[in-house]
Amino acid sequence: MGIDLSAEAAPRRRTTVRGPSDEPVVLTVNGTEHAVNLEPRVSLLDALRDRLALTGSKKGCDQGTCGACTVWVDGRRVLACLTLAITCEGRQVTTIEGLTTDGELHPMQRAFIEHDAFQCGYCTPGQIMSAVALIEEGNAGTDQDIAEFMSGNLCRCAAYPGIRAAIRDVRDARAPEPGATGDGG
Amino acid sequence: MRPLAYARVSTVEEAVETVTAAPGSAFLAGGTTEVDLIRLGIARPGLLVDINDLPLTGVEDLPGGGLLIGALARMSDVARAPEVAGRYPGVSRALLLGASQQLRNMASMGGNLCQRVRCAYFRDGLSPCNKREPGTGCSALDGLNRGHAILGTSEHCIATHPSDVAVALAAFDAVVRTSGPGGARRIPIDDFYLLPGDTPERENPLAHGELITAIELPPAGIARRSIYLKFRDRESYEFALVSVCAALSVRDGIVAEARLALGGVGTKPWRARHAEARLTGAPATAESYAAAAAAELAGAAVRRHNAFKVELARRAIVRGLTLAARGGAR
Ligand SMILES: Cc1cc2nc3c(=O)[nH]c(=O)nc-3n(C[C@H](O)[C@H](O)[C@H](O)COP(=O)(O)OP(=O)(O)OC[C@H]3O[C@@H](n4cnc5c(N)ncnc54)[C@H](O)[C@@H]3O)c2cc1C
Ligand code: SF4
Ligand code: FES
Ligand code: FES
Repeated sequence: MGIDLSAEAAPRRRTTVRGPSDEPVVLTVNGTEHAVNLEPRVSLLDALRDRLALTGSKKGCDQGTCGACTVWVDGRRVLACLTLAITCEGRQVTTIEGLTTDGELHPMQRAFIEHDAFQCGYCTPGQIMSAVALIEEGNAGTDQDIAEFMSGNLCRCAAYPGIRAAIRDVRDARAPEPGATGDGG
Repeated sequence: MRPLAYARVSTVEEAVETVTAAPGSAFLAGGTTEVDLIRLGIARPGLLVDINDLPLTGVEDLPGGGLLIGALARMSDVARAPEVAGRYPGVSRALLLGASQQLRNMASMGGNLCQRVRCAYFRDGLSPCNKREPGTGCSALDGLNRGHAILGTSEHCIATHPSDVAVALAAFDAVVRTSGPGGARRIPIDDFYLLPGDTPERENPLAHGELITAIELPPAGIARRSIYLKFRDRESYEFALVSVCAALSVRDGIVAEARLALGGVGTKPWRARHAEARLTGAPATAESYAAAAAAELAGAAVRRHNAFKVELARRAIVRGLTLAARGGAR
């Protein structure tokens, strides 16, 4: 934190310009380092799906409007379609494939199954990545908070009631004080 | 998407120098505007200069109770910073009602101020649009203009400025701090946004390579009870049709001081100075609020599909001022 205007990082280093053609890039995804060659214009979403064969993250709109591509970068949920892969060097990327431990589904994944929180399933990886982060953020306190802070994940099949029920379950199983409010709402 | 080069910089000086030296380059912060517009073919930088490593992410106290918000502080972090939520709840609320949590985690405060309009003709990359291609005309004038502005328009562009937080920042006289090839500047937010006039392609006074480093919020006791209301086609994750940031200080039933700014209706974040002038010294009543709204909206220029915004804005202002007089909360 802080706001620092000084050029304290002396001695000045020369700025390295990379691209526009392929550049060697190391991406850390779900704890594993992957060395790939990528043009700087390649989105994190395309890198994950087309280069690393991690096709869990979905492309709905490619414009930041649907949430199907939601992943975590350094633990925060973001949109992979509006993130350039090369900007993720040195950061930790987590995708839906990284949620399971030793083949065990994450509690949120199990809750989605129990509550029928999907129909076609296209939005589901993004919903789940958002839902787990939502609880971590402390934004799942009330139904109103859940609705507001999950609004970045659209579901064309309108599985919203099931999605909210799944989130409530996981929240209540974890948190001793249900009903605590988050930072919005 | 067109090919582009990439550089990551680590100091303000390096950022300014790198962009200044490359005519076709642009800063990259959260990328939620820039990457979107590059993919649409509307922004065409040859080089993106990634400023995300710059140490400009803090929220700090200024003497007297003001705040300094770093240009790379993320919308989600600023919204929940206790100093912001406590001293400028209208700013916090405006941030939380914008975009989605994923976007707010990515989007920076500096980038937010520089986001481009959501006019569909601007974004389609094809229609005549003076903002995208000066001199080609404005497709919205006689086109689908339901979302467009009614204040501050010109015959050359009627696009609404889309930022929510800029509306709240305008209400509290924020100052944009920059560092550029010509040195450092402090630009009052009202001067940061330019009316379209006959140069709608120019939206702010930033020189090429000039970096926003921070946003100053001057001390304003009145802001402690400020509110932000947003009206839109769906409850969440949507741009405003009309939004209101309001704060009132009332003594013995009389308005001592008023702050009012509007979103969704202006070609820039709209500080409602006519309304504020009407309110100051007037009784804190619904009649005064309606008169203030009328004074502000007297200059509205409507088009075929957006005339409803006048009445919507009038009601939103009255509701916003009523809530603000009660001490806010929302
Ligand atoms: C689906 C969607 C919905 C949205 N809804 C809302 C909404 O409801 N309300 C709202 O207010 N906003 C909304 N937004 C807009 C969003 O808030 C902006 O895109 C975001 O704030 C831009 O910040 P960024 O850091 O991502 O900027 P970038 O995309 O990185 O940059 C934007 C522009 O600013 C320039 N720039 C960035 N940082 C600086 C700096 N420090 N100094 C100088 N220039 C700089 C860049 O070169 C670029 O031209 C929405 C966006 C999307 C995609
Ligand atoms: S309103 Fe502005 S942005 Fe939209 S088409 Fe007209 S000139 Fe372009
Ligand atoms: S594909 Fe990223 S938000 Fe839709
Ligand atoms: S389950 Fe089909 S889009 Fe959500």
